Amino acid sequence: MRYAMAIDTLKCVGCSDCVVACQTENNVPIGYSRDWIREIMTGVYPDLHLEIRSERCNHCDNSPCVRSCPTGASHYEEGGIVKVTKNKCIGCSACIVSCPYNARYIHPEGYVDKCTFCDHRVKNGNKPACVAVCPTKCMYFGDLDNPDSEISRMLNSRQHKTLIPEAGTTPRVYFLF
Amino acid sequence: MTEDIISSGRANHLIDPVLEVWEWHIPSYLFLGGLAAGILFFAGLTWLRKKEAMHPTSVKIAPLIVPLLLVLGLFFLFLDLKHKLYFWRLYTTIKLGAPMSWGAWVLMAVTPLSFIWAALHIKEVFPDWDWKFDLLKRAEQWLSQYKTWMAWAMVVLAVVLGVYTGILFSAFNGRPLWNTSILGPLFLVSGMSGGAAVIVLMSRSKEERHYFAKVDLLLIAIELVLIVHMFMGFLASTQTQIDAAQLFLGGEYTAPFWIFVVIMGLILPALFELMEMRNKKIPWMVAPVLVLFGGIMLRFIIAYAGQVSQWKL
Amino acid sequence: MATSRREFIRISALGSAGLIWGSYLLKAASDSVAAAGKAMPWLNPSDLKITPTYCEVCFWKCAGWVHKDDKGEIWKITGNEKDLNCNGRFCPRGTGGVGQYHDTDRLKTPLIRTEARGKQTFREASWDEALQYIADKMAKIKAEHGPECTALFTHGSGGKYFTRLLKAYGSVNVAAPSYAQCRGPREVAFYATFGRGLDSPENTDIRDTRCLVLIGSHIGENMHNNQVQEMSDSIDKKATIITVDPRFSTAASKSKYWLPIKPATDLALLLSWMNVIISEELYDKPYVEKNTFGFEQLKAHVAPFTPEWAYGITTLEPELIRKTAREMAAAAPAVIIHPGRHVTWYGDDTQRLRAVAILNAILGSWGRRGGYYMPEAPVVPDIELPPFPVPTKNWRMALRGKYALADLALANGLCDATIPTPDLDCSIKGWIVNGTNLMETLPDRKNTMKAIENLDLLVVVDTMPMEITGWADVVLPECTYLERYDSLRDTHHREPAIALRMPATNPKYDTKPAFWMARELAKKMGLVQYFPYETLEEELDHELQQMGTSLKEMQQLGVKNLEKTENLYFAEGEDIVFDTPSGKIELYSSTFADAGFDPIPVYTPHPEPPEGFYRLNYGRAPMHTFTRTVNNPNLHDLMEENNLWVHPKTAKINGLTNGQEVWLENQDGIVSSSSIKVRVTERIRWDSVYMVHGFGNKSSKLSRAHGRGVSDNELITNVMMDPIMGGTGMRGNFVRFLTSKSEESAL
Repeated sequence: MRYAMAIDTLKCVGCSDCVVACQTENNVPIGYSRDWIREIMTGVYPDLHLEIRSERCNHCDNSPCVRSCPTGASHYEEGGIVKVTKNKCIGCSACIVSCPYNARYIHPEGYVDKCTFCDHRVKNGNKPACVAVCPTKCMYFGDLDNPDSEISRMLNSRQHKTLIPEAGTTPRVYFLF
Repeated sequence: MTEDIISSGRANHLIDPVLEVWEWHIPSYLFLGGLAAGILFFAGLTWLRKKEAMHPTSVKIAPLIVPLLLVLGLFFLFLDLKHKLYFWRLYTTIKLGAPMSWGAWVLMAVTPLSFIWAALHIKEVFPDWDWKFDLLKRAEQWLSQYKTWMAWAMVVLAVVLGVYTGILFSAFNGRPLWNTSILGPLFLVSGMSGGAAVIVLMSRSKEERHYFAKVDLLLIAIELVLIVHMFMGFLASTQTQIDAAQLFLGGEYTAPFWIFVVIMGLILPALFELMEMRNKKIPWMVAPVLVLFGGIMLRFIIAYAGQVSQWKL
Repeated sequence: MATSRREFIRISALGSAGLIWGSYLLKAASDSVAAAGKAMPWLNPSDLKITPTYCEVCFWKCAGWVHKDDKGEIWKITGNEKDLNCNGRFCPRGTGGVGQYHDTDRLKTPLIRTEARGKQTFREASWDEALQYIADKMAKIKAEHGPECTALFTHGSGGKYFTRLLKAYGSVNVAAPSYAQCRGPREVAFYATFGRGLDSPENTDIRDTRCLVLIGSHIGENMHNNQVQEMSDSIDKKATIITVDPRFSTAASKSKYWLPIKPATDLALLLSWMNVIISEELYDKPYVEKNTFGFEQLKAHVAPFTPEWAYGITTLEPELIRKTAREMAAAAPAVIIHPGRHVTWYGDDTQRLRAVAILNAILGSWGRRGGYYMPEAPVVPDIELPPFPVPTKNWRMALRGKYALADLALANGLCDATIPTPDLDCSIKGWIVNGTNLMETLPDRKNTMKAIENLDLLVVVDTMPMEITGWADVVLPECTYLERYDSLRDTHHREPAIALRMPATNPKYDTKPAFWMARELAKKMGLVQYFPYETLEEELDHELQQMGTSLKEMQQLGVKNLEKTENLYFAEGEDIVFDTPSGKIELYSSTFADAGFDPIPVYTPHPEPPEGFYRLNYGRAPMHTFTRTVNNPNLHDLMEENNLWVHPKTAKINGLTNGQEVWLENQDGIVSSSSIKVRVTERIRWDSVYMVHGFGNKSSKLSRAHGRGVSDNELITNVMMDPIMGGTGMRGNFVRFLTSKSEESAL
């Protein structure tokens, strides 16, 4: 079981529904976000290109955050989801500093927080809140170990990339383009 | 033109727009830790080489401040934690992949050791010291038998402590500026250099001061070589590394690094030492103070600049 | 400011005693009108952990579910899978609707304008006092001027009940700004062409289209829910998207062809496309033959409008114009030349939308799959009411013959009719404003303020202390859509459906639903017979029973899709009678000709920016709905302020850097009262600047939105009136940059 997410940048309009749905679903405090929208434009008017991405923690296979956590609060769950156990976290920020994607933040209550792939929903067979709400349906989530899953088929049939692969973390959020 | 913007979200406190999770607590602790490592290293080494009589400060006097340094450092670390009530979780596990975990455990070993070493020598510095309790007097006698073991332990643990402060940073591959294995040896040598400087400052023996000033000079030379090596490594590496190095080669940390760390903290003290060796009149306190200043600045600048450096997406 | 009869109340502390937090607990007061202990055949909000609603953040009215946590507090909002407006997925504003409920800046108690220590301020009042004040004033207006001199401006679901009240009182002067400030021209244009308007949501069959032409529409930045969803579907199906926009919008970035048109020249492009399609005989011949009237006149009319002619006007290469025309034709009839929504740009907007309609008509997309489907609305039986009095005056008379083709009241018309002029024997004396921040909605703020000065009564019903509340005599705090029942949603779609809105919790603070306010007012005005049911639940249940369902059932379904009785598309060979004078699709509009307007659109050039000035363009962001959401904590988090898109060349000439704060001065010397950050980007044309509408709020009580960004409306002082239906064209304003605030701006 290896969970992964894919976002089709050809369809993403950067509406930020994923950001606010995650916020309400997971009670993320106002002022913080577990996911975000990045827009990259290249070119000179009128020869322009725009890529829009919805980004979040990549739940890497080889995550530096899990490796660098001195208490074991940062750990892998079933399917490779990276999570933080609140009452083991001492707030030392080692994981924050070791993440090449700056995907983590310190929750006002003191522990480190980030995207959890909505594992509380995934456990019940639902999709993460961001995937479920996306109006352009450009987000896919599923089990990479299952060749028939939607995400496996998307990755097999479309060209895709991950972010900063050279950092060696083996991220599991893919971007279709 | 390329426009790369985060159009919504990611305004997380201390993370955006630039990472600032670690403030003065961490570099201060690293400095104190490095200093402690240096002092303990020389204490153990001098005793093992049976040079205690010649260099009493290094064995007996300087180590007296180490417990204070370590406790203060640990206190700063505690202050830095954002989830303080759970700090004890550090001691429920050992994570070999996490330098912070090593650090926690190494300090667990070094701190009591430094207390004991200081305790064993306190009578030689303060002759009127009285342990009062019988238990303590017997403990002192019993432990004195194991001074060789302790000295060896101190030497080894001091090296580990010194190196670990640098490896702590270099293990975080999220920050390209720290992603160099030179950081470990650099911080170790810097710590030892600081330890030597403290010994010079505290010593009342001219001979001891001269000796450790020369040791310091050697260590400074090694540090300069390591720094050059570090930059060579960055500039010969990937674009991300090259961009990270720019922070010190034209970027916002250029002036502080070269002026405070290199010129004031390394080159000037080296010059002063050389001049003193040629019997030019230089107040003997100047060089060690500059070395200590350089040591603090090195850690502060690397800590802050490192958080600013980012992988290019 | 000199003491005016009515001052804008700017102070942040309310009244003398600051009673707000005292008596009103943050927990919802149990204020349900249903008598305690009486068993009703439907459920209470507290019985349900998940309650149905339809969203009020924008006009799309997506149906969804409000989820509560274990403590009964509103937790999150999700879409109703059965709803065709959203297909189970709410947009960011709908998802962030919880913020409207939690926003502590909400209006909490009725307020009445009073004077204290020489300054005008608000004092808190009880509902009884506030409503009595209104009833008394309205009676006075009726006695002195006639009931027709009271008007209602509404853009909220509560408008239905205030409309009923007003009609019972004797006035039909009810306007929604979404007409003359937004979609009015296209309604009139499409009605004149096809015999029916577009209304909301638009009946564009995007999910099955093979070519989507967006001309002045930025789907993806506007968040018209199922249209954005369907555009994504069409991308999957490899449909061609053609976007015409001087700005590289999100839609433009997903288009096969982006036409970076010179602003204000769209009509030339449309005419030229017609020229290519007709001269190359690419139009749908059988469809045109069977269904349209006036083809020969059209053909002759567009003959001179070649792509080469259009190139000189639009700066678009002739080959590009030809290629895109052919692409459209190749996809026909599964092609949509999108009508857009906010189309009040330059004053000739009805004509431009006529061109859009004509182009669709000759490509045969109207009534065809992938083009425009024929929507069907549910039939919701009206409740029995006594007959309404017949007013002797109405808004149309106040227009004195102008804008005869407008089919709905003009908000700006009512506003103008509030300013006494010698040729009107009376002017409007009272306004009720519900759910629309008129200061930011109507262009030419000075005109709006002048009108307000002449009012005897200004009642504002709102959930938030928007700027318009600062001008009111009485402010009535409405509870949010999450805390009330409202009329059944009866908008049209591919299939007819009704949706229920019920409260998730009781209203917070001392807020009330519009139905209750209208009914209580009716009681005080002796008109309660027009509100025969004591509670809205009873009224709804009665309506639903007549439709074969019940309130209880709807509380669990949320949405009920009804049986379709009309065809979605025209059948092959079907004889259709269109609601036009000729009974056909009028390419040549006899209605327009009879009224003295061009029967087929003619291109007229519009004023260009003077030296050193740039055209002010504005648009939408997907996480905001104008000023309504900018203070919402969740949505403010996504976008805190607007910024000004400036081309690098423009920035260089004016010495601007990215992130710099600037003030804007328009061609009439009006300076923005707040500053805006510059965003230097290649995505905007060098002759224009662009910002998102809805920012630059002046109300200090909007703690998050106050003073953030700039209000484009403040700078829209040159209004280009559409002579056909009175739409207020807003894109004829030009600005230049000020790097410091040198003069105070007028409010």
